[in-house]
Amino acid sequence: MVTMASLRAARNRSGARPAAPPAWLVGAGVLIALLGLLPIGYLLVLAGSSEDAIPLLLRERTLGVLLRTLLLAATVTAASVLVGVPIAWLTSRSDLPARRAWTVLTILPLVVPSYVGGYAVVAAFGPRGALQSLLEPLGVARLPELYGFPGAALTLTLFSFPYVVLSVRGALATIDPAFEEVSRSLGRGPWRTFLGATLPQLRPAITGGALLVALYTLSDFGAVSLLQFDSFTRAIYVQYRASFDPTLAAVLALMLVACTAGVLIAESRLRGRARYHRSGGGATRRASVVRLGAWRWSAAAFCAAVVGLAVVVPVATILFWLGRGIGAGEPIDLVWGAAGNSVLASGLAAVLAVLASIPVAVLAVRHGGVIGATVERATYAGFALPGIVIGLAFVFVAARYVPSIYQTLPLLLVAYLVRFVPEAVGVTRGSLLQVSPRIEEVARTLGRRPGAVLRQVTLPIIRPGLIAGGALVFLTAMKELPTTILLAPTGFDTLAVRIWSATSEGFFARAAPPALLMVLVAAASLWFVLRLERER
Amino acid sequence: MPWSPPVTMAPMADTPDADSTPALRTLSLTKRFGEVVAVEEVSLEVRRGEFLGVLGPSGCGKTTLLRLVAGFERPDAGGIEIDGRVMTGPRRHLPPEERRVGMVFQESALFPHLDVAGNVGFGLPRRSRAARVAELVALVGLAGLQHRMPHELSGGQQQRVALARALAPDPALILLDEPFNSLDATLRSQLRVEVREILRSAGATTLFVTHDQGEALEISDRVAVMRAGRIEQLSTPSELYLRPVNRFVASFVGEANLLRGEVRHGEVMTLAGRFRAANGTLADGVRAEVLLRPEQLHMLPVARLSSPPRPESVLRIVRRVFHGSEVHHVLRSPEGVELEAATSSSATLEIGTEVIVHARAREVPVYPLPGDSAPAA
Repeated sequence: MVTMASLRAARNRSGARPAAPPAWLVGAGVLIALLGLLPIGYLLVLAGSSEDAIPLLLRERTLGVLLRTLLLAATVTAASVLVGVPIAWLTSRSDLPARRAWTVLTILPLVVPSYVGGYAVVAAFGPRGALQSLLEPLGVARLPELYGFPGAALTLTLFSFPYVVLSVRGALATIDPAFEEVSRSLGRGPWRTFLGATLPQLRPAITGGALLVALYTLSDFGAVSLLQFDSFTRAIYVQYRASFDPTLAAVLALMLVACTAGVLIAESRLRGRARYHRSGGGATRRASVVRLGAWRWSAAAFCAAVVGLAVVVPVATILFWLGRGIGAGEPIDLVWGAAGNSVLASGLAAVLAVLASIPVAVLAVRHGGVIGATVERATYAGFALPGIVIGLAFVFVAARYVPSIYQTLPLLLVAYLVRFVPEAVGVTRGSLLQVSPRIEEVARTLGRRPGAVLRQVTLPIIRPGLIAGGALVFLTAMKELPTTILLAPTGFDTLAVRIWSATSEGFFARAAPPALLMVLVAAASLWFVLRLERER
Repeated sequence: MPWSPPVTMAPMADTPDADSTPALRTLSLTKRFGEVVAVEEVSLEVRRGEFLGVLGPSGCGKTTLLRLVAGFERPDAGGIEIDGRVMTGPRRHLPPEERRVGMVFQESALFPHLDVAGNVGFGLPRRSRAARVAELVALVGLAGLQHRMPHELSGGQQQRVALARALAPDPALILLDEPFNSLDATLRSQLRVEVREILRSAGATTLFVTHDQGEALEISDRVAVMRAGRIEQLSTPSELYLRPVNRFVASFVGEANLLRGEVRHGEVMTLAGRFRAANGTLADGVRAEVLLRPEQLHMLPVARLSSPPRPESVLRIVRRVFHGSEVHHVLRSPEGVELEAATSSSATLEIGTEVIVHARAREVPVYPLPGDSAPAA
């Protein structure tokens, strides 16, 4: 029996590592992998070749940026947990009124780009914002100071707490209700049951969601720059604009990457362990609904307050300024040029990312081994790097080695490619896993070379997946800000850049039309992602 | 580029002795995965037009053997010839697309984006495609379904399309990898007879891998029984059943009673009588096992015997298993050894009945017990 089992294992292994991949496939994969590693590699070279790097690293100002960033990340994360865990529990386990509606509404903020959120917060509550202009007739001349830490923390919490909601809701759905029933039968009330039986099991999910929030906060550029809080991303941008010496910007960028890498490593460790906490096999019953009794309407008010700030206020603010702008004769058609640029750049990025994802996914899924795994991981580097870091690295590389492509569309597209290829690889990989390798083998026996099999069999079969991946990249690229700010050709305004620059300069009415379009794009991408997940 | 098949199905006669060249020959084929030897020193020949089954438990290396022949795996040693052409040998390894093999997998692996005609015509050059597709679709009994998509077909229909697709370019060799596994039992037995007929009428040479002994024995001309990467025996189904070369083949093919006994005067003494070895001679004192199939064992109720039997040869019926035309009786000896004896369904005995057994056969396969040539007591 032992030998048979081991032989079986051997056969299974053989299925996972067939003949060596064709050279052109490896070539394409390695090229894409190198591109993915280029930003971090170049920043390391840049910082490493400068004698100032270590002193810069330890300078008081640098450490100040580090502390501010960590403080912001910690605050936003804690606040998101405090808001997100109750909402997750209320929307999945209680008799909250209109539970379904809250479920969707509390996830919606996630897809609003942070600079649109920042715009909404500034244009609503900032000096000369909507609230003040409504209150002015009542004699209110000044609102509490918004810029800096409070505004940045508020904005980022409002638009990232759904990560915690999603993660905790997922865990609540898989926890076996038997634990809670046992606790109740042992004489504990609902509240003590939640604290004693449910919460401990939710800990991995809460930590997972919290780490995503932390990652989002660390990489965010839009909100912190609009709310003028000097965390890493804004400091990097300011430093880059202020001087042509790239060293300090590179050092700051590397420190930021170190922070995000730490979070990512913690997250992946946790994800590996989280499986432990799932309930065993068998049909899991639905947990019984907890009656909130007198608390029912307070709970609804809490949800309403959160949704009001994170969904209603942005939409109302955009509509308010849209009305003001139209009233004041602000030309709306200016937005179409930017929209056209957004569509052009994002569309090309989507096509490139999907094309690049094919060799990477084929290597990873069909050939595996050291090459496949390495290539796949290298492309995921783009996922771990904040947009500002990728943008900065390509600015430096282009300015130093190929000035002719600096501030051209191709360079922007290359940066987009590095940034978004992980998303495309994810989708392509998923569809490829659905295609039995036997189908490709049959095609080989019918006289096709590997390249022809890919063209005539594999790609036609996974075409829906490729289109989905392209659409996903398109929608994400539409929302991209920092890379675009750093690399877009002069005068090539996208919707994102238009919102950001108009808000920075206080032209709230001018930012409203592109912000509205962006919210629609965001809603489309949410709908799309949900549909994609349902199909899995 | 797809290679062009000849229009007719007649065997190619480009060499004078084409008919005597085996369709497939493997020579000492060996394949290792890490430390595990999946295929070890396998040498076999498949004659033209032959249907050769490869039978073995899962993990015995039979699928690896098939994949080596198809060219999906590269052997560590040994060679493969198809129609006398070297496919794999020292410094030579033809890719699958140049081997002229047709393959049918367990899951039909039809191209989901192509209809039946598109699937069957995939391996054909464009100009001769339409006529040949129509011919093949008719051959597998699916005329009229040419424009169905794979998901609109039943499991059995899918496998027939897969077969037509494999046959279309008139390959030198058809490889079947457990092609009936994903089907339910009734459909399975029906389809395997049909597939056998289709392949026979197409004059195809077939290598067929399965773990189901009934399937292998029913439709193969010859069967190779594999275990742990090696071929244990290659012979006709009846040879396999009647004269298995070792204990493994005996118990893997059909149901086997292996009765122990000691050799005296060239005969093995067992509780069912004395037997001569059909496969060699035996030295006295050796302990060995004789093979008796359930239908060879005859039961005699103790109650009907005129003189009392020796107590150690009395067996008790502990279980009956109904098989339709016959019934298998499971018998247990005083030492706890279980045997199976078959009778026709109309001549069964009650559970609990005490019986003795005997067999009419005098010469049966005998397997000496290893390391037991000189019993101590």
